[in-house]
Amino acid sequence: MIRADHITVSAGSKKLLDDVAVDFQPGKINLIIGPNGAGKSTLIKVLAKQLRPHSGKVFYGNRDIQDVSIPQLAKVRAVLSQNVELAFPLTVKEVVMMGRYPHMDMRPSKIDHDAVREAMQFFDVTEMTDRNYMSLSGGEKQRVHFARVVSQILAANPDEPRYLLLDEPLTFLDVFYQFQFMRKMQELLSGNNLVLVGVVHDLNLAARFASQVALLHQGKLVNCGSPEEVLTKENIKNVYQVEPIVLHMSNVLHVSF
Amino acid sequence: MHRLSDRMVFILLACALAITFLLSVRFGAIIISYDDIFSALQKGTSSPSLTLTERIFFDIRLPRAVACVVVGASLAISGVLMQALFRNPIVEPGLIGTSSGAAFGAAFYFVLGSALKFHVSEWTLPAAAFAGGMISTVLVFLLSQNKSSGKSSVTTLLLTGIAVNALCLSGVGLFSYLARDPQARSITFWNLGALSGANWASVSVMGISTIICFLWALRYTRQLNALMMGEEEALFLGVDIRRLKIIIVCINVALVALATAFVGVISFVGLVVPHLLRLTRGSDNRFLLVGSALLGGILLSWADLVARLTLAPAELPIGIVTSLVGVPVFVFLLRRNQYYF
Repeated sequence: MIRADHITVSAGSKKLLDDVAVDFQPGKINLIIGPNGAGKSTLIKVLAKQLRPHSGKVFYGNRDIQDVSIPQLAKVRAVLSQNVELAFPLTVKEVVMMGRYPHMDMRPSKIDHDAVREAMQFFDVTEMTDRNYMSLSGGEKQRVHFARVVSQILAANPDEPRYLLLDEPLTFLDVFYQFQFMRKMQELLSGNNLVLVGVVHDLNLAARFASQVALLHQGKLVNCGSPEEVLTKENIKNVYQVEPIVLHMSNVLHVSF
Repeated sequence: MHRLSDRMVFILLACALAITFLLSVRFGAIIISYDDIFSALQKGTSSPSLTLTERIFFDIRLPRAVACVVVGASLAISGVLMQALFRNPIVEPGLIGTSSGAAFGAAFYFVLGSALKFHVSEWTLPAAAFAGGMISTVLVFLLSQNKSSGKSSVTTLLLTGIAVNALCLSGVGLFSYLARDPQARSITFWNLGALSGANWASVSVMGISTIICFLWALRYTRQLNALMMGEEEALFLGVDIRRLKIIIVCINVALVALATAFVGVISFVGLVVPHLLRLTRGSDNRFLLVGSALLGGILLSWADLVARLTLAPAELPIGIVTSLVGVPVFVFLLRRNQYYF
């Protein structure tokens, strides 16, 4: 479990996050939603130990992450950022292998090679193994980074806790790959002791795939719970200031504006 | 993308380096035959029966050939490190003020050294240059620290480097202006680099420090690879960015300030060598570091051969040769437009 325990982050006099308290359970798809500037990315940064909150604590299981060193944390926690710029010629395999760096001593071991192979197969990038990363399309690059991030937290023993944070992972993907990615995440969650927290913009994607939705607005947690509980007409109208139509079709919630 | 394996590239480069080294020992104002080399090696350095040619082999040619390899390697290694640190494939080791600071230190010595009674030993000039290089780099690093967070962004580091470089070079200009004629000539030649002064003492100091720096840097190649994706991503992969920056800057100072202190400013080697390797096989820093050490030694040896043979028995400053070759290569690389900025 990841616990954000009353997190406050300020920039000058503005509070980017204001006393946000929320738990993220393993085995579920936990998504954070909210309008631009709501504090979604800031929360992910705090959870990743990239940003230190002005007050409040973050716990992975029962360990305060301030007590865990950066290299130790990297062995159990992976982060996928909005956009990764890489302007050097490297092969796809070399990029994915970076995910194993926290586990290596001097050279990649058999475990590292196996993890890379498994992650590449999982995201269908195996046939690009030796291609130059810089020659790939935006969507292909994104899938390479999925593979890199997942290879980082593949555990030999599926009971070991792992943490995966996603900051708008679906930005450069078309609908097909968005759905495929979310299904892959469900598949990953089913066999592992994994806490997954992601930021998405698309409310329908959240409604379809999330087990828990956390709605942020102006740095405050408005509501947290199942999509049915959180994605109500009132909530959406208050936060996004657009009048929505909320429908239930074939057991899935749909939001349209 | 891979045409050759790492090991094949290293073997080819090592063979080329061996051949280059042999040529570098043999050719110069005097040509040394294989017979001379063999008999000299049989007699040993301290034998009283050494001929003049054999003495030249031991005391002049051999240390100079080794110096070419060592200086070329250290400049190329620091080129790799700086390019990785700045996440920019077109960056030179002198960027953070090291070589211009060394030039300032040397100019200071040439002009004011005698007035301040600095003429102590053959080590005074290298010491002055090394101190200059070190002080200016520390200055760049301290000035680029963000006051509130204590962090230093790579962009600030780069811009501060440009500013301090300009400051040091104007200092060199001022000294050249104040200098009497022979001093001004010394400053000019020093800024163009020369390997003619290489002796066993300076070569062993440089050699040992280069080997230590190389092995030290080799431990950080994976962290530097992670840094190619940016500081955030490297942090997520468990890299302590602040510590890494300090270590890389230290290694760079040790390499560049020391090489510059003994042989003067030699440009373009640190830029071009890693780049040529990127073209063959990609940007993995482990490969680049080992490959650059070998290729840097090869290229600088060839540049020095050209410098000492074109006007023999006189010599061209080696900085002229490296720039004449380096600039067209640099422009060619830019125009290939393989990189985004």
